[in-house]
Amino acid sequence: MNWPYVNEAGKLFEEHCDVLVVGGGLSGCFAAIAAAEKGKKVILLEKGGISRCGSAGTGFDHWEMACTNPGCKVSPLEMTLALEEEQDYYSNAIGHYIEAKDGWDCLQDIERWGGKIRDTEDEFKGAAFRDEKTKLLYAYDYESRYTLRVFGTTFRPAIIQQMKKLGVRIFERTEATTLLTNNNTASGVLGFDTRSARITIFHAKSLVLCMSRPARIWLFNGDIPGLSEFRPFQSIGTGHAMGYKAGMEFTMMEKSIRGEFSAYGRSFPPYGTGNNHNTWYAATMVDSRGVEIPYVDRDGNILKTVEERYLPAKGQKFFLKGGVIDEPKYEWRGPETLPFDKLMDMGYKLPFYADLSSMPEMERKAIWGLMVGEEAKTRIPVYDNYNKRGFDPSKHLLQSYGTGWQSAAFLEQERQLFGAPGGMMHDWNLETSIKNVFAAGDSLYASDCAGFACTSGRWAGKHAAVSADKDYEAVDMDYVESEKERLLKPLNNEDGLDWRELNLAISKAMQNYCGGIKCDDTLKQGIDLITSFKKEQLPLLKAENPHELVRIHEVSDILEVSEMILQASLARKCDSAPLSFKRSDCDPSKQKEENAYLVISKKDDQIKTYYKPHRFYGDIEEGYRSHEVK
Amino acid sequence: MMKDFTYHKVSSSTVSIHFDEDKCIGCNRCVEACQIDVLMPGDKTPKVIWPGECWYCGACVMECPIEGAISFRHPLMNQARFISKEELNK
Ligand SMILES: Cc1cc2nc3c(=O)[nH]c(=O)nc-3n(C[C@H](O)[C@H](O)[C@H](O)COP(=O)(O)OP(=O)(O)OC[C@H]3O[C@@H](n4cnc5c(N)ncnc54)[C@H](O)[C@@H]3O)c2cc1C
Ligand code: SF4
Ligand code: SF4
Repeated sequence: MNWPYVNEAGKLFEEHCDVLVVGGGLSGCFAAIAAAEKGKKVILLEKGGISRCGSAGTGFDHWEMACTNPGCKVSPLEMTLALEEEQDYYSNAIGHYIEAKDGWDCLQDIERWGGKIRDTEDEFKGAAFRDEKTKLLYAYDYESRYTLRVFGTTFRPAIIQQMKKLGVRIFERTEATTLLTNNNTASGVLGFDTRSARITIFHAKSLVLCMSRPARIWLFNGDIPGLSEFRPFQSIGTGHAMGYKAGMEFTMMEKSIRGEFSAYGRSFPPYGTGNNHNTWYAATMVDSRGVEIPYVDRDGNILKTVEERYLPAKGQKFFLKGGVIDEPKYEWRGPETLPFDKLMDMGYKLPFYADLSSMPEMERKAIWGLMVGEEAKTRIPVYDNYNKRGFDPSKHLLQSYGTGWQSAAFLEQERQLFGAPGGMMHDWNLETSIKNVFAAGDSLYASDCAGFACTSGRWAGKHAAVSADKDYEAVDMDYVESEKERLLKPLNNEDGLDWRELNLAISKAMQNYCGGIKCDDTLKQGIDLITSFKKEQLPLLKAENPHELVRIHEVSDILEVSEMILQASLARKCDSAPLSFKRSDCDPSKQKEENAYLVISKKDDQIKTYYKPHRFYGDIEEGYRSHEVK
Repeated sequence: MMKDFTYHKVSSSTVSIHFDEDKCIGCNRCVEACQIDVLMPGDKTPKVIWPGECWYCGACVMECPIEGAISFRHPLMNQARFISKEELNK
């Protein structure tokens, strides 16, 4: 069939701006708005379509750590310190403090732009999680009130309208492929039009990278690749790959965890099965006989009422729950159902079900209708779809699968960058090790969540605006030409390989050589194999159109990131529980010196690593104060 | 000048999106909403060209102005089961 879009392959265009934001998810949009509010000329590049792109394009249901909201009883510092300790100091305290301080401001901005953050229709009047005066709805810990339930499906249209109002120039269907630098300073980015194949040099005085994080490293299915991972299929960590190639520093890249969320193989669509976590907290769970599974407090005392599931224990100020937190330490552990093994010992019978029907009406409606409905990938895929299939939450029980709440049962070697994984190293300005290149959202190390993305985006956008008071850096046109050739070459490989074959081979290689248990020998073999894929297989990939070219660019980036993960893993010699990092040849003598951030970068094909101490960011409140751009 | 682009439907064992020819007005809003470009503009309705690449987000359905013109379903293997309370207690 003939391609319905124009063909601009081989053509080179140029654009200029002060601040270039790359990636149009939550963090990118907030960065663009913040820079434009400072009077800068801003361009935003987005690989997909702007209307519903990014992880949260179709919504999100809860906003964490909004510690300055009028009902909150936890201070930003208390929250940041709790997360630091909970994550054994592999925590992004800079980002979390900004999140905790600025989250409520961002929410009010969204409301001003037309998003819905309150129960303005009084649907939940009288509910325990509602503040009657402000009409704000809280989640999880109803006592300390740091997490809000929000109407996330309404946010995206409001945010886009605001960008347009401020004159942000949005280039959709534009894949950033290459970071252009001059003497370790940003000069711009190359953009590839995913429909016409035109290539554009975007000259910029400062950049904000907002392309989220790597994926499709260990998990890939060639038949249904779109279901392989949790984040959007086309979002595979190009920001990391381009940064790594340009000499940028990363940290915690050796951290990966056993897969938790995807929707192929041994896994079900997120939020679409019976469970009692995240969106579904604290659903009543029953076993196959209909016997209720008890919730217990942190001391193992059985909770008798539904209300108690949302309250801290006696003497506990608050409990931690949400996206980043899996099984908190005693100090912050909240109510939870009894562990699976214990339930088996006690004679509970599989399968388990979520039973919303026996919950108070407000709690049922909060889970089915508000959370499932406003959460990403739930409005149509779960809420509408299940309703059409006849699901009635006041009558039906929804089945759980596997042993855990994820309704997934991954193997140890099926890994993901999930649960606050590694990412770009940065300072208090959210500037990376490359001058005038800032970053935000999921691309930062140990980051997670929507509130984090919006607040870090805003902070980075303001700093990028300040840094843009300078001249453009020169662009190396020889490099541009070589990149142009690289990006288009697969169009000439008529009998070449399908990109899926290589992605599949990478995922198998990473499972084999960088799985749950690592050692020097296998990691080195992995590096050899990935290097040979890069040299020998990548040049063979074939494409008939720009869509397929994009998939090939992705595979090339996945190879780059896989190499970084293998190299970082090789550099860390001792096990680390907080990083889910295990070796068969662990060197315990290294434990102390390695209890720090492993920072990795590459220059002229030489890998450089060093350790940066925990809490390198100094006093948290002082750091915020002295770097805040008003 | 580079050679002309061509494309063909890349089949996959599951297809999430279906169009109702009688209802669809061919506005292509669904095509524009998809961040992956799973869909391509077509004659009467858009076409699902890369069904395997769908990440099952539902954005295309959310943005469609005509009720029922586009519909979504999970792969059979992912159709989670639910039962009524009475059935369970039997
Ligand atoms: C299903 C789901 C549910 C979630 N629910 C919640 C929730 O309820 N609460 C919460 O706090 N968090 C939630 N999260 C997490 C939260 O949505 C993310 O942490 C947050 O949206 C990340 O924002 P971001 O801007 O960093 O990345 P994203 O929003 O993912 O945006 C990245 C963007 O970069 C673009 N991009 C990628 N590569 C390129 C390139 N080469 N060139 C140009 N653009 C590129 C992508 O197309 C994408 O639009 C959820 C995530 C998912 C996936
Ligand atoms: S469900 Fe999402 S990924 Fe699939 S075709 Fe629709 S918009 Fe694209
Ligand atoms: S948005 Fe709806 S009406 Fe428009 S082309 Fe798509 S399915 Fe048809």
